[in-house]
Amino acid sequence: MIRLTAEPFDPGAALSAFCADRTESGAVASFVGMARGDAGATTALELEAYPGFTEAEIARMAEAAAARFALHDVLVIHRHGPIAPGEAIVLVATASAHRREAFEACDYLMDYLKSRAPFWKKEHGPDGARWVEPTARDLDDLARWD
Amino acid sequence: MRVLLFGRLGDLAGWRERTIDPAPPSLSALKALIAAQDAALGAALDGPGVQAAVDKVIVRGEMALAAGAEVAFLPPMSGG
Repeated sequence: MIRLTAEPFDPGAALSAFCADRTESGAVASFVGMARGDAGATTALELEAYPGFTEAEIARMAEAAAARFALHDVLVIHRHGPIAPGEAIVLVATASAHRREAFEACDYLMDYLKSRAPFWKKEHGPDGARWVEPTARDLDDLARWD
Repeated sequence: MRVLLFGRLGDLAGWRERTIDPAPPSLSALKALIAAQDAALGAALDGPGVQAAVDKVIVRGEMALAAGAEVAFLPPMSGG
């Protein structure tokens, strides 16, 4: 399931719901991305999405991950709009028969979300605002899956 | 035709959504029209990493456009 939300969400509750009634998956891996305060340098994040397109692109990534890693299920919850330090930006959860596939699929999906998901991220701080683009390390991380 | 700008392109232009009527017949004609009105934005649309989507599908190179098309210009993306 792919969900975009402008409201804060509870990653723990979402993960519990994802695990519930799952009798055939031996492994669920998850990752929570949080908004960092950078010791006061970042006061808020703002994520712009392209409604309709953003969900469809994330769904394509999730389908690719499900096929590549033989997943039983995938959950992606992603915030957009203003986000305060300490709030969750993204939750990725993957379910599979065994742990290796679940771990790797989670890692793969986060690398794709970082550099390929249609979001535009602005960091606000005391010195003004700046748009954040994928770093060289983000692109190197993504290239591991080619 | 609906034109959408995202991220830094919207800040640069001072708008994020605009209707263009009559609609230009192709992506290159649309970019030329935008560049004639705002040279800095025109240059940014051809800048590194900027992609175009027509009706929510990424396109590469030239493309004919329907009058009712939705054209979005997308700078490098970053989620997570």
